[in-house]
Amino acid sequence: MSDINLPIYLDYSATTPVDPRVADEMRRFLTPDGEFGNPASRSHSFGWHAEEAVDEARKQVAALIGADPREIVWTSGGTESDNLAIKGAAHFYQKKGKHIVTVKTEHKAVLDTCRQLEREGFEVTYLAPQADGLLDLAELEASLRDDTVLVSVMHVNNEIGVVQDIGAIGKMTRERGIILHVDAAQGAGKIPINVHEMQIDLMTLSAHKIYGPKGIGALYICRKPRVRLEAQMHGGGHERGLRSGTLPTHQIVGMGEAFRIAREEMAEEAARIRALRDRLWDGLNKMEEVYLNGDLEQRVPGNLNVSFNFVEGESLIMALKDVAVSSGSACTSASLEPSYVLRALGRNDELAHSSLRFTIGRFTTEEEIDYTVSLIEQAVQRLRDLSPLWEMYQEGVDLDSVQWAVH
Amino acid sequence: MAYGKKVLDHYENPRNVGSLNKDDAQVGTGMVGAPACGDVMKLQIKVNDEGVIEDAKFKTYGCGSAIASSSLLTEWVRGKTLAEAGEIRNTDIAEELALPPVKIHCSVLAEDAIRAAIEDYEGKQAREAGAPGEAELAEAV
Repeated sequence: MSDINLPIYLDYSATTPVDPRVADEMRRFLTPDGEFGNPASRSHSFGWHAEEAVDEARKQVAALIGADPREIVWTSGGTESDNLAIKGAAHFYQKKGKHIVTVKTEHKAVLDTCRQLEREGFEVTYLAPQADGLLDLAELEASLRDDTVLVSVMHVNNEIGVVQDIGAIGKMTRERGIILHVDAAQGAGKIPINVHEMQIDLMTLSAHKIYGPKGIGALYICRKPRVRLEAQMHGGGHERGLRSGTLPTHQIVGMGEAFRIAREEMAEEAARIRALRDRLWDGLNKMEEVYLNGDLEQRVPGNLNVSFNFVEGESLIMALKDVAVSSGSACTSASLEPSYVLRALGRNDELAHSSLRFTIGRFTTEEEIDYTVSLIEQAVQRLRDLSPLWEMYQEGVDLDSVQWAVH
Repeated sequence: MAYGKKVLDHYENPRNVGSLNKDDAQVGTGMVGAPACGDVMKLQIKVNDEGVIEDAKFKTYGCGSAIASSSLLTEWVRGKTLAEAGEIRNTDIAEELALPPVKIHCSVLAEDAIRAAIEDYEGKQAREAGAPGEAELAEAV
């Protein structure tokens, strides 16, 4: 225990620290003695050098997903990429049709963008996933119509880590000439993804989920078949007019280096992280009334989303001062609603209120996992001793039969 | 989210956790809230022949503020008469614990809990006293 630094970080799906190798690269593009030029400057070597660095990063990002570098457009991050993809495609193709299909468990950057399009007169179908978090492909197929122009399905879910069968979806949409957008912010660099094999038309990428800096992302835009978008940011015509704004060289270089490292080390790293995840689950699963949310097999290696029945999530997080995790329950918000993702899976509200998301990453150690298991065991025991629901459960009361005064 | 010092103190060292015998005629039990809403409070009071609360216990499923509100409540009601305990208002609890606006409902729940416990006790006493009128009995149940 002596070599553990507290608090332990198990929230890698929220963000990751920048890999020191990435930070070293970024530093070369900031100061007067570095390559600080504007990549759009064509009249001197400062600009040329910066542009070379941006091109190299573009190649690295493209290589991770099997794309051509010309298919990559830099953005400020995942949210912007989602907005550009969905609004850009919907606006460009609206004469063809105004129907969009997505899933209830998508990230808010997708859902809220779809809501905006609804206000603009588009029609959006929000599919419910199955209890394991995976999309029913037959249901997806049945939802496609002649006027469907866009399907947006995330690769890996940010809360429960389940991996959708993008290849099967791509086949379905490509056959029908419908554009497929995939939010891969949580998947790229963690599990293999190939945009051409999976027939993806638009794909959101983010740097800070895989040890790159915050504030930079990219959108993959398929060239064959050619997918067109209406720009959402206007100005100097950067990125072939699709996204104006001075390119942040150091951020882009950081994303490129992060994606290079991910491509080279992904297989080995995924195996190590998966082993840590399984160790965590084995430890937690020894307790009574602990439930895994989302399918275990079709899941990104670093994610574990667990409900501790009869313990409320926020109080559990409060007890875990030395472990940085996030609660599936958003009960700090004024609405007091539990996680919309867990509810979409059909989890009952108690279990949705009792969930924690653990996400393991590059710098997690076995000692940290073991220490976390022991802390959680103590905290869950203590809170169950405080819980009237646990007491009723122990007495054999069926909680579903109780008439609760819902407030 | 930052918690106030008093909330943290009650959360880390909750007072009077436990259960009293709910079938005891001297014990009143109030169970309020719902699992679906993310908080359930069980408050029990033991009332002596003088009508004074001589013991109080709680168990709470909920966030730190809900646990703190119920813990504080058990401290406050001990030694009070039923009438005095019934006068505790959620605003007193919220003020004492410096609850932020999104946690005010925790103090409301605590006020509901003590009222429910008093009602439960008084209902039992009415039945104990024997031969209650039909209407009274219905109300007590």
